[in-house]
Amino acid sequence: MNIRRLLIMVPPYLWLLLLFLVPFLIVLKISLSDIALAIPPYTPTLEISEGWRGITTFLSKLDFENFTFLTTDDLYWKAYLSSLQIAAIATLLTLLLGYPIAYGMAQAAPEWRATLMMLVILPFWTSFLIRVYSWMGILANEGYLNQLLLWIGVIDTPLTILNTPVAVYIGIVYTYMPFMILPIYATLEKLDESLLEAAEDLGCSRISAFWLITVPLSRSGIIAGSFLVFIPTIGEFVIPSLLGGSRTLMIGKVLWEEFFNNRDWPVASAVAVVLLLILIIPIILFQRNQQKQQEAGQ
Amino acid sequence: MRNHLMTMTATLALVAGAAAAEEVRVYNWSDYIDEDLLTKFEEETGIDLIYDVFDSNELLETKMLAGGSGYDVVVPSGTFLQRQISAGAFQKLDKSKLPNLDNMWDMVRERTAQYDPGHEYAITYMWGTTGIGVNVGEVTKRLGEDAPIDSLELIFNPEYMEKLADCGVHFLDAPAEMIPAALNYIGEDPNSHDPEVIEKAGEVFGAIRPYIQKFHSSEYINALANGDICVAVGWSGDVLQARDRAAEADNNVEIAYNAPKEGAQMWFDMMAIPVDAPNPDGAHKFLNFILDAKNMAAASNYVYFANGNKAAQEYLLDDVINDPAIYPNQETMEKLFTTTPYGAKVQRVVTRLWTRIKSGT
Repeated sequence: MNIRRLLIMVPPYLWLLLLFLVPFLIVLKISLSDIALAIPPYTPTLEISEGWRGITTFLSKLDFENFTFLTTDDLYWKAYLSSLQIAAIATLLTLLLGYPIAYGMAQAAPEWRATLMMLVILPFWTSFLIRVYSWMGILANEGYLNQLLLWIGVIDTPLTILNTPVAVYIGIVYTYMPFMILPIYATLEKLDESLLEAAEDLGCSRISAFWLITVPLSRSGIIAGSFLVFIPTIGEFVIPSLLGGSRTLMIGKVLWEEFFNNRDWPVASAVAVVLLLILIIPIILFQRNQQKQQEAGQ
Repeated sequence: MRNHLMTMTATLALVAGAAAAEEVRVYNWSDYIDEDLLTKFEEETGIDLIYDVFDSNELLETKMLAGGSGYDVVVPSGTFLQRQISAGAFQKLDKSKLPNLDNMWDMVRERTAQYDPGHEYAITYMWGTTGIGVNVGEVTKRLGEDAPIDSLELIFNPEYMEKLADCGVHFLDAPAEMIPAALNYIGEDPNSHDPEVIEKAGEVFGAIRPYIQKFHSSEYINALANGDICVAVGWSGDVLQARDRAAEADNNVEIAYNAPKEGAQMWFDMMAIPVDAPNPDGAHKFLNFILDAKNMAAASNYVYFANGNKAAQEYLLDDVINDPAIYPNQETMEKLFTTTPYGAKVQRVVTRLWTRIKSGT
């Protein structure tokens, strides 16, 4: 391997090491320690200045107590399951709404595409928090949506949307939509039109051509978009706490309570480690499967 | 090497200090000061004041226990202060820099001594009660003229709550205050640390949970004032601020605050200096400024909370010092109770119970 290739490979690995692996190890370390009334609020702390002896005494004090604790209360698995469910439904909704938008963008005249792309990205110029807050104004009982619907005469009494799961789905779908649209658009834009023409020449209807050619060829975009929406949604905290009310149970909220109400950093870290495992294992399995399929295809 | 580094940082700090003005960073509760006072402090001292706000003790405590918050003055409530003192989060006050300490009120000092024995770490900013704010018109419309607006019955008896649900009831999202209130309602010791007793609060809330619209610790001020909700379990001064905002808006909303006659929780918000405060000297200047009788009175006149300052009382407006909702009369005073901090194990029981109460899980 020559030096240049090595240099090119270093940055991504360095990035992962410093910004993923090291923080993860710190969290893992805290998850194995015990709660204490101190700064920071756990013990033991690693005394690197004591050298090897410091490290061995540190290691001897660690245990898996906090992980076994998570199995004693049904709150945790209920929160994990409910987060997975919310994330899965929200991802599906985002896909159903995002795909037609991406498709429309790809079908648009080339001189329009840059503008359309801009319009999808534009909301990012405003703070995420402000955008979620404005949804509170829209969805509230006296909010704009209800005022509009009452004025049109569709409803007689205001709909209660804010502080319900519906509001959470609206918030998530709205916030993560660009992450779904952009990768799908990227694959659709590259789609070879001649394939569709060939299908039509051979007597395939437009609709079946869409399902038989366009959708399978945009599969990588669909998968990338779904991951980009699904993964951050599971740990989402801001949207459910602002729009969801107290009945929406999500793991992000449980994490918050462990940190802020119980001041129990070790248990909070254990919750975070388990969350990561829940996310990483299916992704690895999925990638394996993809690789196998690709190899089989070749 | 370490010394070398320290010298370097010190030099850097000096260079930076010469360029930028002196700063004091204060972290206080939301809606909790007359902002003119902040300008006045800057004018008098020439120090830049950076003022941030929070609305939960839990949030503040996590910042304190993580260390390195960057704040010079923070304002935890008594029980939280006590726990954070034992965690080593605060530095002792240099009383020689606080000549205005003489203004403090003995009645308050005696009570806060349980959190900070010898008053070594903190000064009392405001104190108040946790009680019930009502939209008088809406509540009497539903419950009649003799609605028990000064009783825990109003908020814990499902019969009343059922009738109030449609106009909106908010509770504080503060387990350390809501659980004692529920225990007080059923005649248990509100300051109980016995998990079995604490669990009983769950049953009280279970019966009324369907009628509670939201648990939140700051939204209720505006919600009450706008007439969006008709009952809020909240902090005295906050409800009174809502009363004033409604009066200013002239929107036919009449708000009243009552400390429940069965007894209300009395709390104290204390100003302390974090152990790692970047500018402890400036922090003392800020504390001394707040302890000034006129400044403290101006703060109370604005936020409608009682303060811990005896000398300030002559500068209070009549509708502050004479309002029993702010400065309770002797009869109410005798029924007020205080609480002590939960240990880690009991805290877990309390948080878990609170999660169950709020989410039904």
